[in-house]
Amino acid sequence: MDYLPQILFLLVLAVTAFIMYKRISRIKSTIQLGRPLDRSDNPGERFKVMTLVAFGQKKMFKRIVPAILHLFLYVGFVLINIEVLEIILDGLLGTHRLFAEPVGYVYGLLINFFEFLAFAVIVACVIFLIRRNLLPIRRFKARELTSWPKLDANLILVIEIVLMLAILTMNATDQILQTRASDLAAAGMHAYPVTGALFFSSWLVPLFDGMNTQSLVVIERAAWWFHIVGIFAFAIYITYSKHLHIFLAFPNTYYSNLNPKGEMRNMDEVTNEVKMMLGMPVEGADQASPAEIARFGAKDINDLTWKNIMDSYSCTECGRCTAECPANLTGKKLSPRKIMMDTRDRAEEVGKSIASGGKGLEDGKFLLDDYIQREELMACTTCNACVEACPVNIDPLSIILQMRRYITMEESKAPASWNSMYSNIETSMAPWKFPPTDRFKWADDLKKESSTEK
Amino acid sequence: MSVNEIKIPTMADMSAAGDSPEVLFWVGCAGSFDDRYKAVTKAFVKILNMVGVSFAVLGPEESCTGDPARRAGNEFLFQMQAVSNIQVLDGYNVKKIVTACPHCFNTLKNEYPALGGNYEVIHHSTFLQQLIDEGRIRLKEGGAFKGRKITFHDSCYLGRANNVYEAPRKVIEALDAELVEMKRCRTKGLCCGAGGAQMFKEPEEGKKDVNIERTEEALATGAQTIAVGCPFCMTMMADGVKNKEKEGQVEVRDLAELIAESEGL
Repeated sequence: MDYLPQILFLLVLAVTAFIMYKRISRIKSTIQLGRPLDRSDNPGERFKVMTLVAFGQKKMFKRIVPAILHLFLYVGFVLINIEVLEIILDGLLGTHRLFAEPVGYVYGLLINFFEFLAFAVIVACVIFLIRRNLLPIRRFKARELTSWPKLDANLILVIEIVLMLAILTMNATDQILQTRASDLAAAGMHAYPVTGALFFSSWLVPLFDGMNTQSLVVIERAAWWFHIVGIFAFAIYITYSKHLHIFLAFPNTYYSNLNPKGEMRNMDEVTNEVKMMLGMPVEGADQASPAEIARFGAKDINDLTWKNIMDSYSCTECGRCTAECPANLTGKKLSPRKIMMDTRDRAEEVGKSIASGGKGLEDGKFLLDDYIQREELMACTTCNACVEACPVNIDPLSIILQMRRYITMEESKAPASWNSMYSNIETSMAPWKFPPTDRFKWADDLKKESSTEK
Repeated sequence: MSVNEIKIPTMADMSAAGDSPEVLFWVGCAGSFDDRYKAVTKAFVKILNMVGVSFAVLGPEESCTGDPARRAGNEFLFQMQAVSNIQVLDGYNVKKIVTACPHCFNTLKNEYPALGGNYEVIHHSTFLQQLIDEGRIRLKEGGAFKGRKITFHDSCYLGRANNVYEAPRKVIEALDAELVEMKRCRTKGLCCGAGGAQMFKEPEEGKKDVNIERTEEALATGAQTIAVGCPFCMTMMADGVKNKEKEGQVEVRDLAELIAESEGL
């Protein structure tokens, strides 16, 4: 009978681990639907970028207020995991505050520090809820932030508050129980290890002080279970949510684009054809043609690279990209955040369908048109403001440009004025329709001008 | 230019004479054809003449780098342009290129290597800054721009695309002018609205044109001069100033024009 809680805990842990494993495998295989892209080079530089941007939150600090609030959540999340580890061990071993004895008086300091973090997380989440729902902050009011994305954002903040309140409730009742060793002994229960006064949870003590020991034990246990099961459930929830950035920020920054932002990736599959057109020797021309080219540019998620899809799963919909986008700022339909959300939604749809034996990519839908509209793609000035703004180095521009390639190269459906520009380049060697013989006219003009100045 | 005739050597002439220049000046399509930007080309050539830089241009052999085609999605046309340009450049054994267009700069510097064209490419703002640093351009103290308020509009393909933020500002500071920054500058600089081949089509439907938004920001600084380093930015900002009916008070000038004016060229 004594082992019942331990068995129950093991069961909950195992079920959580199983679901998490399934979810992570699904997300991994969905990311792998993307085209190959080699980002294995330069591990030193990559590690540096990850350390600065993900661990160090470097780009968050472009906006100081949210950066500090976010830092509380981030540090809280990372460090409270030490306490979660203790809770898991306690759950498995049937102990209570396993680390208290070996760590000695430092334990009280640690728990006080965790309580500070829990308190800071609550404060940050409340301010974030106010910012998100009450303040007129443009990036939280965009058309892509309706229904689920809006609910998702609020749910995450509320769940974090509730989980932290559970910790504080647990510690408040625990504190009181520490002073009731004789009551506990009389009831045949173990004494609670002494942690010393716990600052933040002591604010809640008046709520519980008058209760009898039996009720306090029930509340303490209930808060303990609620907190840890809540964390497990939240972990699973995260894999369905924009909150996945807390894990993916790290690999996503590690696999950042290290080239200059202005550089577009060369389509090698076109190069041989170009060289043949120009009568130039082609490397490997005698060999069989390389891997079949599915499509020029991107119409659906499998035409994008795996990094584009990882980017989409790493997006937490903060909208800093959209807030900097010149097209969006001037009222055009383009929102880089929506590009990322659409890519993820389509990837999830395809991934889910494949996992359930459905049609997958062959479901008659495409990222282009069914999710992302042409008007959005055409409004992009390729200015890289979105790329620069993203705190986890997501590159919406890469997706936009690949989709433009599809529209021009596969469909020949570029806007008419772009088609004129193309033919001007072909016939006049310039994007405007000037006679090529006039190209060097400025030199004659300049010579004339400077000789009359004599 | 009173003593010496201005020299605009072409690569073809130089190569025929068995000579090769230190640097190729890549003029770009706007610098060759656009009436406004031709003045920038001329100003830059005057500076090169004054300083005595060994340079040449491709002249009629130059061709679009392919940048707008690539950004619009026409990879095939881009590569056709790039591969032919690389043939011409390599034919003359070009090692170093300077250009007054950030789009040409970005494409030549970052995108030609994947197709076998490897050159040292610098934007004219960096080139001018180097000439100033080396003392080859000496600006008179208390010159034409002393105390004048100048704001610099960061071009996306110079700034964010290639991290060139300081060179243009150093050039402006060397003019003894007062550099005033717009609210959005450097990494946060707002696009003029022309990049990504937008120059060659009408904008999508919206509340406002991007260049108007940017011009308003530039005008808010109270600067008399909006300095630019890009032909497309030049067009967009000049249109914006015109739209705001401020042509009389505010001028849009390229960095090379400012230096040339200050030198009395």
